[in-house]
Amino acid sequence: MNSVVALPRATPVLDRLQRWLPKLVLAPSMVVILVGFYAYIGWTLVLSFTSSSFVPNYTFVGLAQYWRLWDNDRWWVASKNLVIFGGLFIGISLVVGVLLAVLLDQRIRREGFIRTVYLYPMALSMIVTGTAWKWLLNPGMGLDKLLRDWGWTGFTFDWLINQDRVIYCVVIAAVWQASGFIMAMFLAGLRGVDGSIIRAAQVDGASLPTIYLKIVLPSLRPVFFSAFMILAHIAIKSFDLVMAMTAGGPGYASDLPAVFMYSFTFSRGQMGMGSASAMLMLGAILAILVPYLYSELRGKRHD
Amino acid sequence: MTSAVLKPGLTPSRVLIYAVLILACLMYLVPLVVMLLTSFKTPEDINSGNLLTLPHVFSTLGWVKAWATVRGYFWNSVAITVPAVLISTAVGALNGYVLSMWRFRGSQLFFGLLLFGCFLPFQAVLLPASFTLGKMGLANTTAGLVVVHVVYGLAFTTLFFRNFYVSVPEALVKAARLDGAGFFTIFGRVLLPMSVPTIMVCVIWQFTQIWNDFLFGVVFASGDAQPITVALNNLVNTTTGVKEYNVDMAAAMIAGLPTLLVYVLAGKYFLRGLTAGAVKG
Amino acid sequence: MATLELRNVNKTYGSGLPDTLKDIQLKIAEGEFLILVGPSGCGKSTLMNCIAGLENISGGAILVDDADISQMSPKDRDIAMVFQSYALYPTMTVRQNIEFGLKIRKVPKAQIDQEVERVAKLLQIEHLLARKPGQLSGGQQQRVAMGRALARRPKIYLFDEPLSNLDAKLRVEMRTEMKLMHQRLKTTTVYVTHDQIEAMTLGDKVAVMKDGIIQQFGTPKEIYSEPANLFVASFIGSPPMNFIPVKPAGGRGRWHVPLATDLGQLSLPLAAGDADLDQRELILGLRPEQLALAAEGDSAVLQARVEVTEPTGPDTLIFVTINGTKVCCRLAPDLAPAVGEMLKLSFDAGKALLFDAKTGERLARESKTPAEGSAGNVAQFRGR
Repeated sequence: MNSVVALPRATPVLDRLQRWLPKLVLAPSMVVILVGFYAYIGWTLVLSFTSSSFVPNYTFVGLAQYWRLWDNDRWWVASKNLVIFGGLFIGISLVVGVLLAVLLDQRIRREGFIRTVYLYPMALSMIVTGTAWKWLLNPGMGLDKLLRDWGWTGFTFDWLINQDRVIYCVVIAAVWQASGFIMAMFLAGLRGVDGSIIRAAQVDGASLPTIYLKIVLPSLRPVFFSAFMILAHIAIKSFDLVMAMTAGGPGYASDLPAVFMYSFTFSRGQMGMGSASAMLMLGAILAILVPYLYSELRGKRHD
Repeated sequence: MTSAVLKPGLTPSRVLIYAVLILACLMYLVPLVVMLLTSFKTPEDINSGNLLTLPHVFSTLGWVKAWATVRGYFWNSVAITVPAVLISTAVGALNGYVLSMWRFRGSQLFFGLLLFGCFLPFQAVLLPASFTLGKMGLANTTAGLVVVHVVYGLAFTTLFFRNFYVSVPEALVKAARLDGAGFFTIFGRVLLPMSVPTIMVCVIWQFTQIWNDFLFGVVFASGDAQPITVALNNLVNTTTGVKEYNVDMAAAMIAGLPTLLVYVLAGKYFLRGLTAGAVKG
Repeated sequence: MATLELRNVNKTYGSGLPDTLKDIQLKIAEGEFLILVGPSGCGKSTLMNCIAGLENISGGAILVDDADISQMSPKDRDIAMVFQSYALYPTMTVRQNIEFGLKIRKVPKAQIDQEVERVAKLLQIEHLLARKPGQLSGGQQQRVAMGRALARRPKIYLFDEPLSNLDAKLRVEMRTEMKLMHQRLKTTTVYVTHDQIEAMTLGDKVAVMKDGIIQQFGTPKEIYSEPANLFVASFIGSPPMNFIPVKPAGGRGRWHVPLATDLGQLSLPLAAGDADLDQRELILGLRPEQLALAAEGDSAVLQARVEVTEPTGPDTLIFVTINGTKVCCRLAPDLAPAVGEMLKLSFDAGKALLFDAKTGERLARESKTPAEGSAGNVAQFRGR
């Protein structure tokens, strides 16, 4: 029995090309990623050590831009806002998400429809969300007019123009957008819990809330972790929502670091200080990310 | 898992559960309803009624005016999104193929760098990126935004495909190599036909991300090259003239409809993309 | 068809790492069926990948029909492979799967159709040609995978544990079928398995591997009756060979090993030539079928008490303790005593093997039967 047909022998050149092809294909992306992410971060780092203002210059001023940030009241407001916004946004989204997931896990009719409703805000642009909530919370014409029309005559709601309260408005809109997604994550987690554990606990006489609090939710620790990561990440990068709802105002009362960075770098000609703020944002993300990745990798090794 | 937990039937606790769930539904729906109602009202209606009153006169004037204002930007967004989605998905698929089936020394390290890139805040690259776009003559163009979205979308598209292809048995590629197929033949004839769900997830993810983007749009484009999110923000936050809330809301609806539509039509893939790539935020 | 030779094939994944393959030497003739067998991680699959060209070798040469192919890319080697997972292209129909390699090789359409028809008929999968792999049972997928390999009529066929994903019954059926097919087509075949029964039943030649080294290369019969070392002896055969630690006594030419149970003792005589076996730590290897119930008048008999019996159907396995080690004997069911009973065992010492306890190597058997001093069951050994 002879071979049907031998493949015409490729020339050595073509052969070698085939061997190099995977690397050739990946090379452009490698360059783009290395430059676009890592070299650019380095560049931004360099800029943060210079006195660049409207145009970049390379007069090095050491840590001066960081000290200017330290002394800048607006940066402190932005940072404080991030703590408030991040804490509330993460906390409330987790509570709402877990609660809705647990309730939705009780053999609910029309579950698919309800889930779709909870999740749709995630498909919207933050700008759209911000626009909608800006209107809903409009002092005089939004929520407070509605409630006054419904008979609560003394009701006022002017947080959107209240320096001390405006950041909570952003929290409301952000929770509205992201909590449905957290619900979906936990629902998926709940569906993965081994039912026999619950049956065993029921046989042991545990009540339903106890089962959830003591057995089911603790077993979802990894989901909590990922959800926290995602929410923290959204919080630190939050920019669009504030821009659409308040543009940082009134004054700069609702600034977040991302907004600060944008306005100093691109509107106010403070590239050096803007770069320094960007590096601090990067640092904040790394502070969350590195321990997370570390524990993830370590966990994998234990398997 | 719940089959053993609760027996259906209208016990008081189940009534409570349904009440909470329905209330939550209303909370999530109210902003959309208000936007729709407001967009079909006349300015007088808006002034006299409240958020939830029905329009006295059903008016499409807001929509007409909004469309006239944002139409050009809407098509900008289309011109940015479509090529950026296609290119980043195609390149991501090839990258994922190499990173899973043709590993070489250093490819794992590259994948690690890529993964890390998914988490990095874009603020740390905005300035150098805008200098580069300027040098390339792409500042304030939709083409420039396509480039930016492709570059910064690559990490995610690669991740989607890489994660899918590592679940594909390597034996398939080995079999195809012994059958005489080369690098691209294996990809095109064997792997790509299997990847339809991943392509869907990736395309939908990229579409929502790019369409909804504001940061890149506001930093890298101005004037006529702006995407719709930037135009919407400008429209809503303009301080001159009389506020026309019906126009604002109609414009917001126009900006939100394409992604909402995708969500309604392909919710399954949307959720899968979110859970795989939500870290991007 | 073709011959296949491996010369000093080495494979390592980097300096500092242990060698994956070490000095592999093999040669099979045209049409022979070679089995690579060993525990998982022994390097057998790596070796197969190297032959296919899916992995590069670090040293040595792979020759097909005496031509070195070790630098060729897989597609140029004219080798086909059947994978453990079958690796059928899931989006293609069975026909497209079988055609794929031919189409890439730009075989004319008419010839492709002819080949598909031939292969489909041979494997009785004509009715499946329009289906996708997902719609096939495991056994059917297996046939399609073989069909894909056969259609190309390559010089050499490689099988990577092709039967291990099938259930037990189907596996036995397919084993017989593969043997029939090989007898018909006389294809040069390399077959990787960890199943020693497949190794014994299918192979013309068997290479037993461990830690990247070929422990023994020979016919199934050689591997079974003259294993090179303890590893081969224990790996091949089910239930496995009994290993009884012994210390020979006696003197030059008149060695014997003491065997003891709770109930009795026996000095099993050996003829060990000139070797000095005195007080060496050795291991006596006896296959379960080499222990039998003693007949009247047997001289070398050992009394023992039955501890466990395991009826398997055709045989009953009896376990006793000799020299502190559990020993298995395979007996006919109707002869088998019950648990707790006493029995008298005789030994087929002519087939018994001796291994060095330290190195695990078998002591080579004396080639000629020495005339001196032994009647009946005497094993003959020559020291090393």
